[in-house]
Parts: sequence; C-alpha cells; structure tokens
Amino acid sequence: MIGAGKMKQYTNVLDKPLSKGRQEVSLSGFAYLFSELVQYNQTQVDNIGELERRLEDAGYAVGVRVLELLCHREKGNRRETRLLGILSFVHSTVWKVLFGKVADSLEKGTEHEDEYMISEKELLVNRFISVPKDMGSFNCGAFVAGIVRGVLDNAGFPAVVTAHFVPVDGQQRPRTTILIKFAEEWLLITNRYYEEKQG
Amino acid sequence: MAAIYSLYIINKSGGLIFYKDYGLQGRMDTNDSLRLASLWHSMHAISQQLSPILGCSGIELLEADTFDLHCFQSLTGTKFFVVSEPGTQNMENLLKHIYELYTDYVLKNPFYEMEMPIRCELFDINLAQSIQKDRVSYLGR
Repeated sequence: MIGAGKMKQYTNVLDKPLSKGRQEVSLSGFAYLFSELVQYNQTQVDNIGELERRLEDAGYAVGVRVLELLCHREKGNRRETRLLGILSFVHSTVWKVLFGKVADSLEKGTEHEDEYMISEKELLVNRFISVPKDMGSFNCGAFVAGIVRGVLDNAGFPAVVTAHFVPVDGQQRPRTTILIKFAEEWLLITNRYYEEKQG
Repeated sequence: MAAIYSLYIINKSGGLIFYKDYGLQGRMDTNDSLRLASLWHSMHAISQQLSPILGCSGIELLEADTFDLHCFQSLTGTKFFVVSEPGTQNMENLLKHIYELYTDYVLKNPFYEMEMPIRCELFDINLAQSIQKDRVSYLGR
C-alpha cells in the first residue's frame, strides 16, 4: 500500500525500491474510498448478484497485482506451485501485507475435498459496514474474495471464491468466511501429476 | 435508576434521524419525538441570533426542574442531544463519543443515505455499549 510522505523523493514510480518497510494507510481514508467504491457500483447494477460480481472483479484486479509484487518481494521471484503452499501464502503473506495481520483461520471444508475456508472474525473491509436486512446475505467481503481469486487464478489454481457471513455462538456479529472451491477436474490433474512424479 | 432518558440525532434541516429512549421517564411516541426534534432545531437557531455574545453557536445546555438537555452540534450542522437526569455530569464527552461512533459506523457505511434515518446495526451495537459503559461509571460514582 502507499506510504505517506515518501512521494517527494521518487518522482517516478519505477524508481521506487520494492522493499517493504512499514507502509500503512489511514483506515478512515480506506474506509471512505471503499464505501465510495460500493456506492458507485450500486448505481451501476440492477440486482445484488451483479453488485457482488462487480466488487469481486474489482478485487480480482488487486489480486493479480498483489501476487506479482509479493512473489518478487517476499519470495525472490518464485511462485508457489503446491496447493497448500499457495493457500498458506494467501492466508499469511497476502493477508499480512493487505490487512496488517494473518487471517484468523485456514481450514479444509468438511463436506467437500476441494473446498477450503479462510475465516476472519472481523474482515477489515467490513469494519464499519452494516448490511441492511433487505439485502439478504450480501457481503462486501466479495471484494476480498475477488482478491483471493485473483491471486489463485494467476498462480495457476483456478477456483471459485465467495464470501459468506457465518453466525458465531455467543457473538452478536457473524464472522466472514471466504470459501474457496477449486475446479474439480483441475484437482484431479494435479494429483495425478504429483503421483506420477513420486511413483 | 438511569442517568440518560433519551438520545436524539437531528440532521441539518431539523429532521429527526435517530431516536432512542432509555428507561421509563420521558418516553415519547414517534410523532412527539419528531415534533420535539424540529422544535429544538428552531429554538437552537433562534438562540444563536438572540444571544448577546458574538459568534454564539447555540444552546449547549438547557436546565429544567425535571431534566437536563445537553446538545452538541457538529461542524456540518448535525445535532446530537441527550435528555438526562438533572445534574448529570460528563455528558459533553458522551455526546462527542456518540459523534465519533456516528462518523465511524454511519458515515463510512456505503448503505447509509445522507440526511436519512439511521438504520445501521453496528451503530446500534456500539452505541448500546457506550451507553452501558457510561451507566456503569455513573453508578460507580
């Protein structure tokens, strides 16, 4: 994210070093920008599904760039090729750079082999957002789901990623779960590939 | 015993956008609360002009026999006021804190339309928490 006060030094973005350092943006600034993004997209759509899709697309564009940057900065130009590797990359590295903390949990789906879930007690983008009752289960986390999909897709792991509210016992607010569902035929191919490689 | 009777938030044109009452005293129905809100809006505006002090920002505290009314006006003209038990202290800070909650959970919410009634779950939750905290510290005194 953009570091404040460093702009005078480098006139060209390409002259800037890629090293990380402590770069933070104002949470309020981000919250207003994100709110505006949602409001703008709301004026462009007829239904909630469409809005979800547009937020996801906006996130996808972020995901593509984040993958590129972080592979270069954190991994010395190497990219994860294993499923669990890329998932933990998203869960820890990506989350830490974007939200300043590791995601609360990364779990494998209990019902389906090809499903994984990243859960967050309070997603940063949802910190100030109350979704009205008439919008049903709409979740602005669709933006984050889009980021995750962008990262996975461009790392060679095509997946369908969605954001859901999940009620928690004894808590007033539900947590947000990012559900990652990998394409089944694709899982078969990679499994076969690794089996052949090992055997 | 409750220190705060009720809380009102009115927009810059005097429309009531949020009302909540706490406890039994001073409870009002919807029409009465709307009326009181716009009445206060006008009184506040008149007081600004009648005041002998130049650049007066309006009534901040109205003291009556049975209640106190503390008012806080933000720079954009949104007014927050609480009706409380006579002699209740520390209401200015509570109002400022409520204003902070309003800027966080109402203004940063993409589904809130400006100047319209506030229906935000997170605002309600956080408001209830701070009122509760205020009440606890009041009882402790």
